[in-house]
Amino acid sequence: MKQATRWFSKNLIRIYAGLGFTYLFIPVLYTFAFSFNDYRKSNLAWRGFTLNNWKNPCGAPDICNALGNSLKIGLIATTIATILGTLIALALGRYAFKGRTFVNLLIFLPMATPELVLGASLLTMFLNFGFNPGFLTIVIAHVMFCISFVVVTVKARIASLDPRLEQAAMDLYADERETFRRVTLPLLAPGIAGAALLAFSLSFDDFIITNFNSGNVNTFPKFVYISAERGLPAQANVIGSSMFFIALIIVLLGQVVQRKRKVS
Amino acid sequence: MAFLHATAKHGSSETKKRSWLPYLLLLPGLVWLFFFFLLPILTLVSTSTKTPGFGIGEFDQTYRFANYWDAIVNSRAQFLRSFEYAGIATVLALAIAYPLAYAIAFKSGRWKNVLLVLVVAPFFTSFILRTIAWKQILGSSGFVNRALIDLHIIGPQTHLTASAFAVVMGLTYNFLPFMTLPLYSSLERIDPRTIEASGDLYANAITTFRKVTLPLSAPGVVAGTLLTFIPAAGDFVNAEILGNPNTKMIGNVINARYLQIVDYPTAAALSFTLMFVILIMVTLYIRKAGTEELV
Repeated sequence: MKQATRWFSKNLIRIYAGLGFTYLFIPVLYTFAFSFNDYRKSNLAWRGFTLNNWKNPCGAPDICNALGNSLKIGLIATTIATILGTLIALALGRYAFKGRTFVNLLIFLPMATPELVLGASLLTMFLNFGFNPGFLTIVIAHVMFCISFVVVTVKARIASLDPRLEQAAMDLYADERETFRRVTLPLLAPGIAGAALLAFSLSFDDFIITNFNSGNVNTFPKFVYISAERGLPAQANVIGSSMFFIALIIVLLGQVVQRKRKVS
Repeated sequence: MAFLHATAKHGSSETKKRSWLPYLLLLPGLVWLFFFFLLPILTLVSTSTKTPGFGIGEFDQTYRFANYWDAIVNSRAQFLRSFEYAGIATVLALAIAYPLAYAIAFKSGRWKNVLLVLVVAPFFTSFILRTIAWKQILGSSGFVNRALIDLHIIGPQTHLTASAFAVVMGLTYNFLPFMTLPLYSSLERIDPRTIEASGDLYANAITTFRKVTLPLSAPGVVAGTLLTFIPAAGDFVNAEILGNPNTKMIGNVINARYLQIVDYPTAAALSFTLMFVILIMVTLYIRKAGTEELV
């Protein structure tokens, strides 16, 4: 008994963390389980096991069109935001210049503004200029709210770099450009990759800003939100679960690659 | 700062020639933020004092600042509720995330990276899907609800959804990773030897936590609470899916004013007020917490 109490108090924090992870994963498991439901009209009650939804993920009308849009928007917005954000992070992390406080403020403000306000204000401007919301306005909005997160992530990586590595490259007669290309950039790569992954996940999962600025264009979160009123098809669970597993595999592969590079 | 060193060595003409480089790097991103963040906010402010014109969705600028007064008075309850729910959700998220981040940072050994990935992984199952999942789990036929009825914790006819409890639980759940990640990164930076040293100096576990670990992780607590509170205060999805008409938050009001009622001035006035109040709270909080640069 005494031993059990001691084990318990020693592992208390681990037990607590386990409960935390359970909380995080209950709805994910639920979504996965109900992707196998033999649903009719709405996927609310369990009716029986089937693989049909997984065999035919595009079976619900418009779902794959919405998914395609989300992937396209995610890729375009991630590319632009990662480039713009990395450039800003390099300027902030590597140079002394006037107006630094203003730049920091301009990067911080979009993160301190609720998504609803970002989406609403952007729509107000588009409407004022007679610009119809659609695919392009979604991309514009996503790049806008992803930039700050890219800057913060890449800047943290720059701050953790050892400046002596670059000095060593210069001592070995590499010019500034070559040092950047062959030393700085490869060292920053994991940070930039992490920022891109973050930007993609923010873009892919965004609903609030998208809902304001999408016009008639459908995205996956918008599809889920709208069809939830009439009854959500289990295909949405299939796609949600697949994205979860794909992302998990990509991130874990990235970890393995990084670990191997560290070893060699 | 290696580049600064290098340029300094080459003499001042080089430094001068290079001084435009940071601005060149900043230019494209800042232009984007100017046109698609600052300018829209200014448009929002200008729309907030307009009054309805002839057609639907047409508004004339009349500088009617009373719009703010009207909007705030009419939605006072939802405003207060938003800050109340967001505040409770932030405290709950901190209570759940701190031990979680602590365990990942100090107790997970070689599983550290995997666990860190698992914290973010639920993001990829769309957040709306997960919120709908909660609605069904907590709903009258969901297993949580049935278990609580069987255990006689709640009455036979009650259900947990469509309640303030469900909304706050949803907010806590959805923003938990935003709390965990900054906490983890500040905890991970702590040198374990400082904690050992505290023990060597006869501090017990509680004193060590209070005097060493907690102060050292303060930047993470500040960043995490902000990243949880701000989106939670402006959220409307959780209240929409998990709540009832009496749990509507300010986000629900703004959303309906914009997209259903097409009352842009009121929606703009409410949006700007929300942004303004949050910015003031953030400024006061950061000042009190004494953290310098957040980005």
